[in-house]
Amino acid sequence: MALVEIRNVQKSFGALKVLHDVSLSIEEGEIVTIIGRSGSGKSTLLRCINALEEIDGGEILIEGQKVYGKMPNLKELRQRVGIVFQSFNLFPHLKVERNITLAPTLTGRASKKDARELALSCLAKVGLEEKVDSYPEQLSGGQQQRVAIARCLAMSPHLMLFDEVTSALDPELVGEVLKVMEDMARQGMTMVLVTHEMGFARDVATKIVFMHQGRVWEEGPPSELFANPKTPELRAFIGSTRQT
Amino acid sequence: MRQFSMIDLVALTTALQYTVLLVVLALAFGSPLALFLALLRTTQSTILRLFTAFVLQLVQGIPLLALLMFFYFGLPVFLGVQIPPLVAVTVAFTIYTAVFLGEIWRGGIEAVKQTQWEAAASLGISRWQQFRYVIAPQAMKIALPATVGFLVQLIKGTSLAAVVGFVELTRAGQLASAATFQPLLIYSVVAAIYFAICFPLTLWSRKLEAVLNGSR
Repeated sequence: MALVEIRNVQKSFGALKVLHDVSLSIEEGEIVTIIGRSGSGKSTLLRCINALEEIDGGEILIEGQKVYGKMPNLKELRQRVGIVFQSFNLFPHLKVERNITLAPTLTGRASKKDARELALSCLAKVGLEEKVDSYPEQLSGGQQQRVAIARCLAMSPHLMLFDEVTSALDPELVGEVLKVMEDMARQGMTMVLVTHEMGFARDVATKIVFMHQGRVWEEGPPSELFANPKTPELRAFIGSTRQT
Repeated sequence: MRQFSMIDLVALTTALQYTVLLVVLALAFGSPLALFLALLRTTQSTILRLFTAFVLQLVQGIPLLALLMFFYFGLPVFLGVQIPPLVAVTVAFTIYTAVFLGEIWRGGIEAVKQTQWEAAASLGISRWQQFRYVIAPQAMKIALPATVGFLVQLIKGTSLAAVVGFVELTRAGQLASAATFQPLLIYSVVAAIYFAICFPLTLWSRKLEAVLNGSR
C-alpha cells in the first residue's frame, strides 16, 4: 500500500480550476519532487495532502485513511504529516526551543521535563543547537527555515511536505537548507517537495512529477525525465530553467 | 452656605473609590465577554460572524447615556422591580466595555497573519490551542495600546453614572457644588483628578505603541 494515494483530485478557487483530475501515488521512502511553472497547481496539490486546502473531487488517502477538511482525526493526521512553508512561519513571540516543543508538549508526545532535550536533539539534526534560546527574528532566513524543519521533525512525522522552502531565501542561504533536506532524505524520510531547485530535484529525488495546467503532465525518475522529456511543455520548462 | 473645605475633598476622594470600583467591575465582567465576542467575530462560521457583527453594530450605535438610562429607568418598567443603581450601571458599563474591547481585540486577532494559524494547525494542535498559544499572545501585543486607550475612555465614561444618581466622582462634585455654590472651583478639582488618572495612562499607551511597533 502506498503511503499517499492521490486519486482524481480536483480543486477550484472560485471559478478558477487549479487541479484537474490529479492522480499520484507516493511510496514510503520516496523523495517526490513536483516541478512546473507558477500557477500549475503544485503548491495547491501539496496543501491538499494535509487538508490545508479542501479538495472538491476525487480522494486522498494517507496510510489508507481518507483525508478531508472535517475529518474527525484531522489533528492526528497532521501530526503524522509535517509541512514546511516558503515563509517559514515560525512563531515570532516564542523562542526557538518553544517553537519546536509547543506542539509536542500540547499533544502529549513530550513532557515539559523532556522538552528541552527534544528541542536540542531536533536542532542537532539541522545543525543549530546553539540557537535554542534565540528568538526567530534573531536568526537569518536560512536558520529560520532550518528551525521550521526541526519543528516538524519534533512531531516525528511519517511524511514531510516542503512548499518552495528555499524560494524566500537569499541565494547564499539556499545551500544550508538543501543540505539539511538531503540529510533527511538519506535517513529515509518520505518527502514531497515543490521546488524550483532543479539541481536538488535531479540529484536527490527518486521521482519527478511535472505539473502543467493543473494536471500531472509527466512523471518518472529524474534521470529519465530530464534526459528524455516526452512532452514539448516539459522540454520547454527544462530549457527555461537551464538559462537561469 | 459654606465654603469648600476638607469635608468636600474627603467626599470627592470617597466618591473616587466608586469611580474606580465601576471601572474595575466593568473590566472584570466586560473583558471576558469582550474576548468571547472577539472570538465569535473571528470564527470560521459565517453565520455566527455576521450575527455577532450585527449585534455589535447595534449596541455600538447606542449612546452610553442611553444604555445607562435604559438599565436604570427602562428595565424596571418591564421587570416591575427597581434595580439598585450599582447593578444598573455595572450592567451598562459591562456591555459598553464588551462591545468596544471586543472590537479592539478582534482587530488584534485579525492583524496576526493567517499563516500563523496555518502553521499552528499543520502541527496537529486544536483550534483553541492554536488561538491560546500562537495567536492570542501576538494579538495581545498588537491590541495593548488601543486597550489602554479604551481604559481612559472608560474612566471618563463612568462620569455618566451621575445621571442615574450613582455617587461617583462627578456626582460628588455636583453635590459639593450645590452645597458650597463654588462650581468653578469644585469642577476644576474634579477635572484635575480625572486628568491625574488619565494622563499617565495615555502616556503609557503612547509608550507601548512606540515600543511594540519597534519590536515588530
